[in-house]
Amino acid sequence: MDNDIERLRWQCRRGLLELDYLFADYLDQQYAKASAEEQAAFRGLLDQQDPDLQHWLINTDELPPEPEMASLVKKLRQR
Amino acid sequence: MALNKRRFDALIIGAGGAGLNAAVQFANTNARVAVVSKVFPTRSHTVAAQGGVNAALANVMPDNWHWHMFDTVKGSDYLGDQDSIEYMCREAIPTVYELEHNGVPFSRLDNGKIYQRAFGGQSQNFGGAQAARTCAAADRTGHAILHSLYQQNVRARTHFFDEYFAIDLIRDNEGAILGALVLEIETGEPLLIEAKATVLATGGCGQVFRTTSNAHINTGDGMAMALRAGVPLMDMEFYQFHPTGIAGKGMLITEGVRGEGGYLINKDGERFMERYAPNAKDLASRDVVSRAIVTEVKEGRGCGPNGDHVLLKLDHLGEEIIQKRLPGIRESGKIFAGVDAAVEPLPVFPTAHYIMGGIPTDRYGRVIVPHGSGEEVVPGLYAAGEAACVSVHGANRLGGNSLLDILVFGRAAGLHVLDNMEEHHRPMNEDSVDQAMQSLQRWDRKGDGLSVRELRDEFRKTMEDHAGVFRTEEIMSEGVEKIKALRKKMDDVVLTDHSKVFNTARIEALELQNLMDCGIALAASALARKESRGAHSRPDYPDRNDAEWMKHSLYYLEGDRIDFKPVQTKPLTVDSFPPKERVY
Repeated sequence: MDNDIERLRWQCRRGLLELDYLFADYLDQQYAKASAEEQAAFRGLLDQQDPDLQHWLINTDELPPEPEMASLVKKLRQR
Repeated sequence: MALNKRRFDALIIGAGGAGLNAAVQFANTNARVAVVSKVFPTRSHTVAAQGGVNAALANVMPDNWHWHMFDTVKGSDYLGDQDSIEYMCREAIPTVYELEHNGVPFSRLDNGKIYQRAFGGQSQNFGGAQAARTCAAADRTGHAILHSLYQQNVRARTHFFDEYFAIDLIRDNEGAILGALVLEIETGEPLLIEAKATVLATGGCGQVFRTTSNAHINTGDGMAMALRAGVPLMDMEFYQFHPTGIAGKGMLITEGVRGEGGYLINKDGERFMERYAPNAKDLASRDVVSRAIVTEVKEGRGCGPNGDHVLLKLDHLGEEIIQKRLPGIRESGKIFAGVDAAVEPLPVFPTAHYIMGGIPTDRYGRVIVPHGSGEEVVPGLYAAGEAACVSVHGANRLGGNSLLDILVFGRAAGLHVLDNMEEHHRPMNEDSVDQAMQSLQRWDRKGDGLSVRELRDEFRKTMEDHAGVFRTEEIMSEGVEKIKALRKKMDDVVLTDHSKVFNTARIEALELQNLMDCGIALAASALARKESRGAHSRPDYPDRNDAEWMKHSLYYLEGDRIDFKPVQTKPLTVDSFPPKERVY
């Protein structure tokens, strides 16, 4: 078992159910085949605060300032 | 290999609002306090509490803690303990000011005072005009509180064990709690934490149901640990459901959708709420709408290939109104149901939201159990927050009172631990440590067997079908038997991953055990209560029955035994509020 993936899996456990689903699904289905840049952006998103993530991913059209994270947020919204 | 050990004065398990507000009481003292949390503290489920916290500050309209108390007793459908409720409503005021002092950025009025908004169930003058009692930090109150309390704890050098999972309480032969065995998730190594006092602040158990608004972390870990240590759980049948969660997943779709003119339809396109509540229709109270949805599904009028949900229609409101007045709804629908609510209706089903029951405590947060004709304290054990049942919500919780509960009683528990600190640790009990180690090592077993996911899915579906919104004797007695059978199957579960480092499969197995223990408590208590009160509603016993049932239920794991204890109807300093019919 890949320890890094398992470590990230635990980081996908959030305070909000919406984020649990979005992150766990991405990790299971897309992370392994994503580019190194996108993988780094995903790890960066996991370090953000839950209400900010909810703001970007669900409640508004706004995006995080970092371009890599912004394009990943767009991709996650398209799920 | 020898078991690693650490020793603290106090151990707090859980780092949401209750745990952090307990821990912060130790700032500026010499006491050594440890906080164990399975996730990073600011990712606790308290972040989901966005509405606010009630306190009779009277900043916007006249208000008084006594009116707040009346509303809470009435809201509880008279099952709440009036001494605890009086304490909570009085202490709400200094608690909010203490949070303000600790840096919570409350929204403010032009005159600089904390802004307060009106919420359902809040009244002036004991049931009179609407009151405005809820303090908020914009739309992220829970997060703001968590963040501030976490910062204060870091400043105070609280010792955080982040990403450690608590396995079981350790107790001596007299029943006193000596600490807990925990697991470092990263390394997979167990650690024994000895403490003079242990506070369980692990939150709710919404994950017992298939459809829940609770985050995946809400697996009732503390409640289950208490059960396994011989402590009963109180009033577990009282579970609040929100009528509209995204079907099969549970994310909340706000009541605002129906407020704006959205309505529910069944597979025939019928606006069925007209049959259940001819006047209020889709705006009837939460329990009425929830039961109507489940009835439609049960009677074969559900939608989708499995006929297991209904539809919430709002496309007629128009794109502009949806976008402007219901932010996030369209996105939630698209992301989690694959449906654009501006074009087609959303699949919805009642979603499990909040548990009123939990570990029985007094207003100091001490865990109390029946003893002879009275009660006794479990030495060294406290509980606070959604994991606890103090009981201020009784049969039904009011909006804005859940954050208040966790903050007031987290603080009360912290203060009581501090003021009553024993000089020495009690001697360790190796038998109890061995027992806890065995429940961990049980997951090293290899071979063929059931998977955690398989059993968990079956269990959560069974809970939803047999202990959810629709509760008759027949449905529930069948449910209790099914759940007991599933519990037996737990012995057949085997893990395929036996690695140590970040073995999340093992954590999920430990969580499933906790869910099972909480689930049986919930289902058995619901079956036992033969009346309808607050959130517990039975078509076969449709009325509240104060003569026989104005009492708390207690579920013991040993023998799946149910017991009862009286409701505390006597407040601390004021007159009792006698039971009345609950009309709004």
